[in-house]
Amino acid sequence: MKLELRGITKRFGAMTANDNVNLVAEPGQIHCLLGENGAGKSTLMNVLYGLYQADGGDILIDDKVVKFAGPGDAMAAGIGMVHQHFMLIPVFTVAENVILGHEPTKFGGLLDLEAARKQVREISDRFGFEVDPDAIVGDLPVGVQQRVEIIKALMGDAQVLVFDEPTAVLTPQETDELMAIMKQLRSEGKAIVFITHKLREVKEVADKITVIRLGKIVGEASPKSSANELASMMVGRAVDLDVEKAVAKPGKATFKITNLSAWNHAGTKVLDDINLEIHEGEILVIAGVQGNGQTELTEAIIGMHGKTAGSIELDGKELIGKNVKQVLDLGVGFVPEDRTEDGLVAEFTIAENLMLDRSDRKPFAKGISLQLDFLKKFAQDKLQQFDIRAQGIDSTASQLSGGNQQKVVLARELSRELRLLVASQPTRGLDVGSIEFVHEQIVATRDSGIPVLIVATELDEATQLGDRIAVMYRGKVVGVVPSNTSRSVLGQMMAGISA
Amino acid sequence: MNKVIKQIFNPSALVTVLAVLASFIIGGLLIAFANENVQTAAGYLFARPGDFFLAVWNSVFGAYDALFRGSIFNYKALDTVGMIKPITETLSYATPITLAGLGMAVAFRSGLFNIGGTGQIIFGAMGAAWVGFTFDLPAFIHLPLAVIAGVVASALFGGFVGFLKAATGANEVIVTIMMNYIAGLLLFYVLTTPLFQAPGATNPISPEIVESAKYWRFMGDGFRINASFFVMLAMVATVWWLLNRSSVGFQFRALGHNPNASKVAGINIGLNYILVMAISGALAGLAGTSQVLGAEKFLTPSVAASFGFDAITVALLGRSKPVGVLAAGILFGALRAGAVIMQANQKVPIDIVLIVQSLVVLFIAAPPLVRLMFGLSDPEKRSAKKAAKAEAKGVAA
Repeated sequence: MKLELRGITKRFGAMTANDNVNLVAEPGQIHCLLGENGAGKSTLMNVLYGLYQADGGDILIDDKVVKFAGPGDAMAAGIGMVHQHFMLIPVFTVAENVILGHEPTKFGGLLDLEAARKQVREISDRFGFEVDPDAIVGDLPVGVQQRVEIIKALMGDAQVLVFDEPTAVLTPQETDELMAIMKQLRSEGKAIVFITHKLREVKEVADKITVIRLGKIVGEASPKSSANELASMMVGRAVDLDVEKAVAKPGKATFKITNLSAWNHAGTKVLDDINLEIHEGEILVIAGVQGNGQTELTEAIIGMHGKTAGSIELDGKELIGKNVKQVLDLGVGFVPEDRTEDGLVAEFTIAENLMLDRSDRKPFAKGISLQLDFLKKFAQDKLQQFDIRAQGIDSTASQLSGGNQQKVVLARELSRELRLLVASQPTRGLDVGSIEFVHEQIVATRDSGIPVLIVATELDEATQLGDRIAVMYRGKVVGVVPSNTSRSVLGQMMAGISA
Repeated sequence: MNKVIKQIFNPSALVTVLAVLASFIIGGLLIAFANENVQTAAGYLFARPGDFFLAVWNSVFGAYDALFRGSIFNYKALDTVGMIKPITETLSYATPITLAGLGMAVAFRSGLFNIGGTGQIIFGAMGAAWVGFTFDLPAFIHLPLAVIAGVVASALFGGFVGFLKAATGANEVIVTIMMNYIAGLLLFYVLTTPLFQAPGATNPISPEIVESAKYWRFMGDGFRINASFFVMLAMVATVWWLLNRSSVGFQFRALGHNPNASKVAGINIGLNYILVMAISGALAGLAGTSQVLGAEKFLTPSVAASFGFDAITVALLGRSKPVGVLAAGILFGALRAGAVIMQANQKVPIDIVLIVQSLVVLFIAAPPLVRLMFGLSDPEKRSAKKAAKAEAKGVAA
């Protein structure tokens, strides 16, 4: 089955999210749609899946125009979607999840779970998925959950499969396995649309690459193009993906974590006897698949995690037992992983966000009276210094792009007298330009002689930015290795095998 | 869920005005329906439709005319006093409603839904009344002391809810509702004990407030309006300053918009919960002092009247902004003052005013309904356009 998008245009108000986009997915081909966050990839796929109605253009299947009023129509036409965020019910079994929405029945209305199990087993065997139809989805590793999503898409006898940023949550090994699955689906004659912004993956599996930027198709590229070439197309200017940094000159180890353990509300151990040291002028990256204790570690450092034991020392002062304010006052800068949720107040202006941490003290306040003149000057300085693109300091944070939001957070955190910088996934979801900027700032912070702790889930970022890498798995540090350690070794460590 | 609540407490100015307008229109229809002349004329509608429409016009115009005369300016009165009395009545009613409304607004802006206005008004009134009738001091000490007693009592009563939330995570909506019962029943009880009950009285009523503790009736004893009106105006300014120009208010607002980000930025959430509820309670308590030391001179079980709940509506109508609350408070004061005349002169049931008040809330809670009635476009789409334009400009810059 051949899928074609012809001249798709989708507008939101005055903003054009997709501008006359053409895309053809042929059977037996993997077609990569490459673009930065916000380039219009997801909008396009939502149009294809019937979630949005296009303002112009047609969807064609085998050269016939079709109309999708909703996902149901798209599925019936043979289009399957593997979503970035899994659409699975954790407490249901694999079989129950897979049939959700089109349950097979017998004797006029009774649920035929046996038929569902059989179908799951068939598909699983055919593609070597090794998925047990009776397993509870919530108990499965993320990579296997994704296969359940794929089975779900295949159940409707889908001929066109759309993978929307499928590797964001996978370990390098799981990613490799997914690539193999995609190749196998291709050999079965399925048409595959693979949406991503990760160049390495594109180069590995793509038969054809279409690059989208600011809602427009900017061209096709060959899988043989270099990563820098692809990135330049994606961004629209020459980019250098390597992080520029001099060799680290580590000083004293001023930040020490000793025998740190932590428990969640349910009493489960989420951090298990962590020991780490960071020297002045050094970047330590915590690598690992999301959800292996990184969040809890950063929370423990800044005094937000409930039950903890052990010791966290900065300049010889104990951080455990201190509240967030006291920790920040000791010189800890913190860039949270979810900037819209934890880093910014969306309704506040840039200026207001810049004083969120120090609104109650000089120079931002005298007594309880806010010094708005000072704030204005301060904010304008930071706007310049951190190249925050906005109409002015009175734009609200919600009006900014992700990159500019992150710059506001960085500007705030770096404008305190720092003794330690903790940044959790500081470039998540940012455009290439902003990523470069954020990396520069982090390296500059290191070079000013401050210990830096970065949480990274992407290996490229970990190896490029880090001076040393600590890999976490299930709340433990599997090992601390130099940043030139090979991907395969790091990948194994991320799966819990110590180097 | 949260989005809905945010929408309800932050309606656009246009929707607010149109909601009020729509409520008056529907109120007018109800007035016409309830009117006997209209009902009679409807009986021979097809024979003489003119009669019907005249009757409708007369009933609605008559009612709203009475409302106007009762609340703003009575042009039919025989002397100046009678003419200007309505507006002073309006402002007199507006005083406690606005004060308590400011209290609710402070809480709403901080993301807390204080439903406990009634209880907090009662505590303010109890504190003020007790000092007011027990002591006999020079006025320049007595009145401030009574007011402070009321404010402290209600701040503690409100702050306690904040403490419960901070310490145990208790939901402030449920706690404040329950606290309303506690306050109401406690008031009724103390008014039967020698501590509060007037000597020799058989009904639950306190002794009269000593003259030196009363708010000054600056227009003479014939008018109920008193110095608490100026306290209210001062509070409008103070709350504006607190929310927009002080670090305390800044943290309140940060908490209201995004408690997570506030926490990460080192803002002490628990302490702020207590502070918000104490200030919110204190403002409601001031409303209580205005009632007991100004308008009524006695403490009775009905001291809080419906002010506690009107306060929530007024905060909502005023979009939780001090000046907006003042405007809404005056509107509600006018409805209250005018309703009395409307009932007396035109035999329009006082409930019509309650219905109008309720409709205002209903319409504000359902902006799509108002937009549909007046054929407006969706503001979310418009703001998306605006944002897109802003972005385009930003890129160009």
